[in-house]
Amino acid sequence: MGEKLLMKGNDAMAEGAVRAGCRFFAGYPITPQNEVPEYMSWRLPQAGGAFIQAESEVAAINMLYGSAATGIRCMTSSSSPGISLKQEGISYAAGADLPIFFANVVRGGPGLGNIAGAQGDYFQSVRGGGHGDYRTFVMAPDSVEEMGNFPLHCYAVAEKYRIPAMILTDGVLGQMMEPLEFKFPEVDPKKLSEPDWALGECRGRKNRLVGSYDLYEGRLEVMTLNRAKRYAEIEAKEVMFEAQQCDDAQIVLVAYGISARACGAALKMARAEGLKVGLFRPITLWPFPKKQLRELADRVQGFLVVEMSLGQMVDDVRLATEFRAPVHLHARPSGVTPTGEEILKKIKDTLKAGKGECVCCK
Amino acid sequence: MLQVNRRPESLVDVKMHYCPGCGHGIVHRLVAEVMDELKIRERTIGVAPVGCAVFADHYFNCDMIQGPHGRGPAIATGIKRSKPQCIVFSYQGDGDLASIGMAETIHSAGRSENITIIFINNAIYGMTGGQMAPTTLVGQKATTCPLGRDPKVNGYPIRVCELLAQLDGSRYLERTSIHTAAHVIKAKKAIKKAFQCQIDGKGFSLVEVLSTCPTNMGISPLDACKFVQEKLLPQYPLGVFKDSDGGMNNVSRN
Repeated sequence: MGEKLLMKGNDAMAEGAVRAGCRFFAGYPITPQNEVPEYMSWRLPQAGGAFIQAESEVAAINMLYGSAATGIRCMTSSSSPGISLKQEGISYAAGADLPIFFANVVRGGPGLGNIAGAQGDYFQSVRGGGHGDYRTFVMAPDSVEEMGNFPLHCYAVAEKYRIPAMILTDGVLGQMMEPLEFKFPEVDPKKLSEPDWALGECRGRKNRLVGSYDLYEGRLEVMTLNRAKRYAEIEAKEVMFEAQQCDDAQIVLVAYGISARACGAALKMARAEGLKVGLFRPITLWPFPKKQLRELADRVQGFLVVEMSLGQMVDDVRLATEFRAPVHLHARPSGVTPTGEEILKKIKDTLKAGKGECVCCK
Repeated sequence: MLQVNRRPESLVDVKMHYCPGCGHGIVHRLVAEVMDELKIRERTIGVAPVGCAVFADHYFNCDMIQGPHGRGPAIATGIKRSKPQCIVFSYQGDGDLASIGMAETIHSAGRSENITIIFINNAIYGMTGGQMAPTTLVGQKATTCPLGRDPKVNGYPIRVCELLAQLDGSRYLERTSIHTAAHVIKAKKAIKKAFQCQIDGKGFSLVEVLSTCPTNMGISPLDACKFVQEKLLPQYPLGVFKDSDGGMNNVSRN
């Protein structure tokens, strides 16, 4: 804590997880997240933990399922195609109320796609991803510093509500180097209290079961409805966002992760030209900052959503704002990072169009 | 009064759901007796599969976890590496272990993961209703090969113990059966050796148990035992396929 470091995003995330108490990691190589397992392979043994290079992403997530069931802090990471493979295990963890933590360093898709940073996995992250009714707590860092500091918060939320938590980042943030500071004291996992559901030695207590099934009619519904109560609590209490210069803004940019960085550049240029522009950055993608966007909708001329996908979060912005203001989209799918200049041009188009007209399709 | 037999402490006192003539109940009891005898119940964590034995998590009186189809060895790996002081076993059927979970099976053996796998081979899918298993015999009928397994279409059954014996990481491998009382006694000895292998930190152990599924074969329990004797044994010979401390390769760990 307090020390300024220079690190790659992926390394920062791995180090942040270890400092947050992570003592087990299982992963499989895939670009652009390879630094995470590479870092963990030497760092975890040093910290008294265990690292496994699994035979597949499927095996890795199931190793995590087993590890998390013993109540320790653990992690896996991958990139888009690998995260698709992990969805089975994520769904089981959600169904078994296990607080697993994982990261998706998103690349261009669909299919094998490419290895550039992208944001095409938004739907997969915030709409469940795997089968069944469940939610995942999703954090989207926009800097190496946030990459390093978010794992601790993911563990805290995952354990408090017993749900899977993830960091949704991308190849650009994973690969780039920036100064950062770990803003929390290192966690000693031995000092964390063992959860009352964790598997281990059943000496002196009843044996414990971890699982996601119940075949008796109605009982699974009760389990799911109980989980839904926790989801509602998360939506009420755990929303995180950052609003920059939104107070007097006519146009508010909405973007997360690396897109928000590009928007930050556009915001500076726009303000220098005297344009009334703001930037709203959801930090938690689920829960989504619906209330805050809804409030903005009555005050602004319109929103411009900037995404490195065909436009996925834009749906959530439209739902949140209840169509009270036009929501435009600037979309760069499949591994292209937008520049500040192109976003600035879109801002000007949007301002010119005024209310009612759409600039998205131009 | 002299009590000559009782329910093992490692089994929960509930009615099992298994069909008459099914081998799971016998093997559950053997595993439980071994846990009692080795005094490991209080530090054992079991992994229940997907398949007929999915409810095993409600039958073993130790901490239990149930996970995705075929992933038992990966789940067991995560548990063992997180709680090395615990004894970890994965209980799996033939579809679970040798079909959908083959990668996890081979790689946990390859890593010489210090876990024990109890592998029930009855040559058929039970829970889903009698479909062809990776261990279904050539010519054997199943609901997805109603005319019998045709090698031209469905290929050949897989011998798991022989396959794993080639890997440096496997430490104890034995194929047993439960179709006669004598075989049941031998199967228990094998299961005990496998758990002892783990307790001694030697690495990966697996006991394959040839078993019976009269329901899905559409035959009586007695005929199912006969099927094991006459049909399964020639394809799946019993015996110890590996009993090694790893020699030069031994990386004793817990």
